[in-house]
Amino acid sequence: MIQTFFNPEIIAASWPIVMAGLRNTVLLSLLVVPLGLIGGLILALLASVKNPALRWPLMAWVDFFRAFPPLVLLILLFAGLPFAGLELGGFVCVAVAFFLNTGAYYGEILRAGIDSVPAGQVEAARSTGLSRLQAMAYVVLPQAVRNVLPDLLSNTLEVVKLTSLGSVVAVPELLYQARQAQSITYNPTPIVVAAIVYFLMLWPVVRLLSRLENRAFAGR
Amino acid sequence: MNRPIVDARGLHKHFGALHVLKGVDLRVAERELVFVIGPSGSGKSTLLRCLNRLEEPSSGSVVVDGIDMLDPRTDINHARQRIGMVFQSFNLYPHMTALGNVTLALRKVAGKSRASADALGKAALERVGLADRAGHTPGQLSGGQQQRVAIARSIALEPRVMLFDEPTSALDPELVGSVLEVMRSLRESGMTMIVVSHEMGFARNAADRVVFMDEGSIVEQGPPAAIFEHPAHERTRSFIGQIQQH
Amino acid sequence: MRGNLDRFVDTFFNATVMLKYLPDILSGVVVTIELALFIVVTGIAAGLALALLRSLGIRPLNWLIIGIVDLFRSLPPLVVIVLIYFGLPSVDLSPSGFVSTWLSLALVLMAFSEEIFWAGITSVAKGQWEAARSTGLSFGQTLMNVVLPQAFRLTIPPLTNRTIAITKGTALGTVVAVTEILGQASSAMSNSYNPSPLMMGAAAYVVLFFPVVVAARWVETKFAWKR
Ligand SMILES: Nc1ncnc2c1ncn2[C@@H]1O[C@H](COP(=O)(O)OP(=O)(O)OP(=O)(O)O)[C@@H](O)[C@H]1O
Ligand SMILES: [Mg+2]
Repeated sequence: MIQTFFNPEIIAASWPIVMAGLRNTVLLSLLVVPLGLIGGLILALLASVKNPALRWPLMAWVDFFRAFPPLVLLILLFAGLPFAGLELGGFVCVAVAFFLNTGAYYGEILRAGIDSVPAGQVEAARSTGLSRLQAMAYVVLPQAVRNVLPDLLSNTLEVVKLTSLGSVVAVPELLYQARQAQSITYNPTPIVVAAIVYFLMLWPVVRLLSRLENRAFAGR
Repeated sequence: MNRPIVDARGLHKHFGALHVLKGVDLRVAERELVFVIGPSGSGKSTLLRCLNRLEEPSSGSVVVDGIDMLDPRTDINHARQRIGMVFQSFNLYPHMTALGNVTLALRKVAGKSRASADALGKAALERVGLADRAGHTPGQLSGGQQQRVAIARSIALEPRVMLFDEPTSALDPELVGSVLEVMRSLRESGMTMIVVSHEMGFARNAADRVVFMDEGSIVEQGPPAAIFEHPAHERTRSFIGQIQQH
Repeated sequence: MRGNLDRFVDTFFNATVMLKYLPDILSGVVVTIELALFIVVTGIAAGLALALLRSLGIRPLNWLIIGIVDLFRSLPPLVVIVLIYFGLPSVDLSPSGFVSTWLSLALVLMAFSEEIFWAGITSVAKGQWEAARSTGLSFGQTLMNVVLPQAFRLTIPPLTNRTIAITKGTALGTVVAVTEILGQASSAMSNSYNPSPLMMGAAAYVVLFFPVVVAARWVETKFAWKR
């Protein structure tokens, strides 16, 4: 059993490959989390304009991406777009897909956060001469983010996990590298190692989240 | 009245089918304290909010300190700095300290450096007797202290007029005095003020004029003694009678 | 301009190709629905079972439950799928792609739903337990009649959201050769050298999941906790 799933020689042999994958997973996360947040911020700001003409398109946009599997979106960009003469490469496809997909999720969270800030806050800010945008930036958003911090963190955890989809379009992140090592060594050990690496990296976040969530529930 | 500092004429406001202001004229002279009373829903808050255009009047005109507030070419954010507003629920920014609350607009709208904004902010907090609470967040302050910080937030911008919308209604009775004290000292310093409130004692000894509103119109107005002792209209009489039973 | 549009339609919405591969996509739809139903039913049932076990308050058992839940909340679903599909054959268990995907996503859903149910159960005030027990209800009766009905209300919005997110993951099955929608669409695309099947597949996902998301939004507002 240990020889199969936790073979020391294979761990040693595949270690550099898997570590290169870890590095790329971290870098990829550092790219796609801000991208998703930017996408989400754009959606939430548009929603905060409270224009009925914007309301339905925005809701449909968000619901569309909540309904659409991110892997299908990724494949559509990666394998579909070349037929339109647009070859983006795995990395760019991942970035675009995450901007769209996780942007919708972040947008929904930020919108709820903005809605949770009492209207009096904006009125007070506007009455002192702050513009709409300034009131949003200095008064509403800081409170909104604080109110939905657990949800933002939880979504960020999902986004980091989702970077494993990059393996399907040959982005050399952790899972991709582990599968490469597995196919070279004919042994599942590298994948087990990758799983352990994911667990060690994300477990603290999961612990923190379940404490925050329990507190939020208990507070109601 | 030589050139009034607040000059609102023919103000109408509709919320959908609801006609909330029905042609209100209000002129306020420099250094005057106008006290607005009236039953709930009579449009007092709406009137105040039309003066700094937090609410868009359906028709009419508002000129404050020579600036046409409803002219689309007016820089509304600049104009609003000259009109302080104090809310019933304080509306302090909970994520900032007292000083942060007071200096935000100084830095972002008036364009002051952090150092000079801090100096002005501390002076404003001093005027409301809270210099020692500059580093506290709203959550660490009592209701009365929060409302005084909110007043400091307005006066730091050196407004020409201050609007108060029931500034003491959300306060425990023992905290009301400290806020009224600050308002009285503001008046003594010559600030022009429009106050919506139920504090009749304050009205009697601080107001120059009392305005009674009902159902979206000004029913009558005059010096406090006249309105309270000899109201000309039946509606005013019954409203004052109700208030004084408490 | 006209020519471009025609070429675009001919490439991405080619009627001949679409007709030819429609049966494949439809069979993929059936597999996706089967897989999704299996995952939802087993995952949520297992999650509820774990949460109920946890409410018994047996220390070592609770640690085990928390460990399992944390593990499957930390691991990316695709990693779990790959691990089961490529790992288990080495110990002479060879689950099919379908079973691997089902098992993996059910475990992930189990973990998330346990956490949500547990949060719901603990949020029901202690006074509710005490009041019910004082009237002579047993532990089980209190749980069933007093605690769970209140807990469910709290859990429904987060549970529906999480269930949708995980169920969409059936598309991951394509990595381990499950013939669900994406798998069918991808192979049809490479057989026909044409992206039309992929467009059909994408449309199928929208048709399947969009109504679910809209329904979830409705449920969310209906069950939203009035604060
Ligand atoms: N944003 C709004 N949308 C719709 N109706 C409104 C809005 N704001 C105020 N109203 C309505 O306008 C009327 C006047 O409201 P306003 O707040 O000005 O009254 P008020 O005299 O300040 O009352 P109170 O003493 O209770 O504060 C009320 O009937 C109120 O319901
Ligand atoms: Mg009012």
